[in-house]
Amino acid sequence: MRRPGKISKQIIQSLFKKPATINYPAIRSGMPEGFRGKLKFHPEKCIGCKLCMRDCPSGAIEIRQIGEKQFEARIDLGKCIYCGQCVDSCLKKALEITAEFELARLTPDELKVIFNAQTKDNSSK
Amino acid sequence: MHEAGEVNIPFGPQHPALKEPESFLISLRGEKITAMSVRLGYNHRGIEKACEERTYTQDLYLVERICGICSHSHSTCFVQAVEEIVGIELPARAKYIRTLIGELERIHSHLLWLGVAGHEIGFDTLLMYTWRDREVVMDLLAKLTGNRVNYGINSIGGVRRDISPAQKEETLRAMDLLQERTKYYISLAKDETTLIKRLSGVGVLSNEDAKRLGAVGPTGRASGLKRDVRKDDPYAAYAELDFKVVTSNECDVYGRTLVRLGELMQSYSMVRQVIEKIPDGPIAVKVPRKIPAGEAVSRYEAPRGEDFHYVRSNGTEKPDRVKVRAPTLANIQVVSKMLENRYLADMPIVVAAIDPCFSCTDRLIAVYDSGKKAKNTLVWESLRIKGIKWYKKQGVDFAPLNKKLTQLL
Amino acid sequence: MLKALFHILIFPGFLFLFIFGLVAEYVDRKLYARFQNRVGPPWFQPLADFIKLATKEEIIPEEADAAVFKLIPLCALTATITAMLYIPVWSATAVFHFNGDIIVVLYLLTIPTLCYFLGGWYSRSVYSMIGAIRSLTQLFAYEVPFFLCILAPALLADTWSISEMVVFYNKHLGYWFCNLLGFAVAIISLLGKLEKVPFDIPEAETEIVAGPFTEYGGRFLAFLKMTLNIEMVVGASLLAAVFLPFGLNLKPAALFVFYLIQVFFIIALISFLRTIFARLRLDQMINFCWKYLAPLAFLQVLINLILKIMLPR
Repeated sequence: MRRPGKISKQIIQSLFKKPATINYPAIRSGMPEGFRGKLKFHPEKCIGCKLCMRDCPSGAIEIRQIGEKQFEARIDLGKCIYCGQCVDSCLKKALEITAEFELARLTPDELKVIFNAQTKDNSSK
Repeated sequence: MHEAGEVNIPFGPQHPALKEPESFLISLRGEKITAMSVRLGYNHRGIEKACEERTYTQDLYLVERICGICSHSHSTCFVQAVEEIVGIELPARAKYIRTLIGELERIHSHLLWLGVAGHEIGFDTLLMYTWRDREVVMDLLAKLTGNRVNYGINSIGGVRRDISPAQKEETLRAMDLLQERTKYYISLAKDETTLIKRLSGVGVLSNEDAKRLGAVGPTGRASGLKRDVRKDDPYAAYAELDFKVVTSNECDVYGRTLVRLGELMQSYSMVRQVIEKIPDGPIAVKVPRKIPAGEAVSRYEAPRGEDFHYVRSNGTEKPDRVKVRAPTLANIQVVSKMLENRYLADMPIVVAAIDPCFSCTDRLIAVYDSGKKAKNTLVWESLRIKGIKWYKKQGVDFAPLNKKLTQLL
Repeated sequence: MLKALFHILIFPGFLFLFIFGLVAEYVDRKLYARFQNRVGPPWFQPLADFIKLATKEEIIPEEADAAVFKLIPLCALTATITAMLYIPVWSATAVFHFNGDIIVVLYLLTIPTLCYFLGGWYSRSVYSMIGAIRSLTQLFAYEVPFFLCILAPALLADTWSISEMVVFYNKHLGYWFCNLLGFAVAIISLLGKLEKVPFDIPEAETEIVAGPFTEYGGRFLAFLKMTLNIEMVVGASLLAAVFLPFGLNLKPAALFVFYLIQVFFIIALISFLRTIFARLRLDQMINFCWKYLAPLAFLQVLINLILKIMLPR
């Protein structure tokens, strides 16, 4: 039956329902687990094969040798496309994807993160 | 204003109605459109060239980013072509997972289109409601694949992630919810007077014109063309699924709305079948880094129509040539036909009705020499030399920089 | 003299209408958002928008006629504020009233539409010219039903002054039921005058960017938006005074609250109607107005004429 204003019933009902939008950033709903966010590097497992560097589509990760069998990873969060290919390519499972996605910074230099092979994780925030 | 009341009004490249830049030049007399010309190319990023300089694994992610909404379509189409060159057989579970993500993407794309169509005709309430329902699909996809768009679920030889029983439960629940909402939208499309008034009789494309101009996807199916790659040339797991190809005889924007709503209902049923029938097994096979020489063509039914990829390999890690023909390129030619003798107010909804994705469309540059009235295609080097000569005529000299560059290379 | 200035500038003139316009815009946007299952803007949003626009740079296009361009927002604003002076707010009689002021109010409310046309035309941009022509074409569609519906209750009350009409309907309270048909038609025509969906054709965002307002920015746009808000308030007040039971011989303070409730009720109706329809095309709108609205308005006039003859005075 054609009539104008068919959506009125839904509209009145919506008036009494909870809104579907949330007031971000006051309320943060977060992302589901398994979400591809910031990378995490475990320096003790890395063997320096650089397969992750070969497979990265945007050249965001760089592995450098800083000591005898010690490697550090320099990741440019601005170039990274968060695809997780490096995680799949790594033979020793030294890379891991976390669900952290609020990575905006004010200058491009702050986006370059370094994971050092020292006892303290030297990632700049 | 010139020519006895005819105005030339530019519709784009920047315009609130267009989600992506595109240039239409419309000649108006009062409110009636008398002529229209289309100009493409604003979203050209050189992806086909970039594919030749990256390995196949890196190309997976690059090809996926041709478009945000049909990303899985491009990725799967590309990967199917590569797998055909290598000549491997996928495990069944991988095929089913690819089909699942493909259908979820179709649901997401059609709900997005409903909202955009509502916005173009001034019905913002429909936009808000459909995009709220779309969040259900996007959250589901984020749980299954790890991202809301650009899923990255494909790898050469299978898929990268498996689906757990808990995720299967969630998918079924989401399908129930969305099916109920879509039934409401179908009843709305059939009953709401202002919606029907704005959508019917607009953008009429007869069956013969659709066949002649090569319309694909829901645009063609709304004019009675029964063409769907999933039925005509099945890939992934579609050969084992039971579904109907939805067509309509309305031949206008209203028909396209009904076709897309019908396809949504079919997609819900297909997702349920996939979850029920998915076999156990491995999710990927190992494929060597160097792909043997050969060429292959693959087709995929993207939400907008038939997507077409051609890949040629030469035995190395990087492809020799990748060519993409997106569905919107086939559909853009029907826009001029549909807008003959129509009003300006129909312009946004007609363009929106073919579900344009101009990021998919802009692939090839053809150089048109208006002086000699001849067309020819240039290779990279000759294009650079032509550019340097043109700028020299304008007074900017790039020759010393060019020399430096050739010394470096 | 001082009293007149107070009425014109403070209450119910410029300052009161400015604040009321902001509140009305907030109520409209919040209701619109809640209908669509969203949160909506906070209470200070319209004021923040006004301040932001007032501090931005104004760009006057080279081909536009600068004098007309600058004058138009002020003309439209002045006309709507003046119309408010003849509408009763806190008592059954308005600040100024004379026999025939209902016609004056209707004409004053037409001036903003003409101003939008002139502003759009003299902006010399393609989008604003098309928007201006649409605005004027739309005027021919909704104006006749609107005028007829407002004048129908005046016929029954046998006077051309809003204030005396309110006094008449206060004495014979049952009579306002006879005007319900006119009320319905007047609300729909008011949607056309205020250029809201389904009749927001002159300002169709997806077709002609912003219609006649395309080239306006900065202070001028702030004034134009203020004019739109105040027009909504004045239109709603006019409808409340003419169609809804007003006055009821209450004290001024209570009457003022009653007036506020009535105006917010009409604004809520406008928001509701705005949410449930899609935008019509210009030819469809003219069809609709002349096929359905105008005959209904004529019917209401006829009913009132018959009632005037039949009913006791």
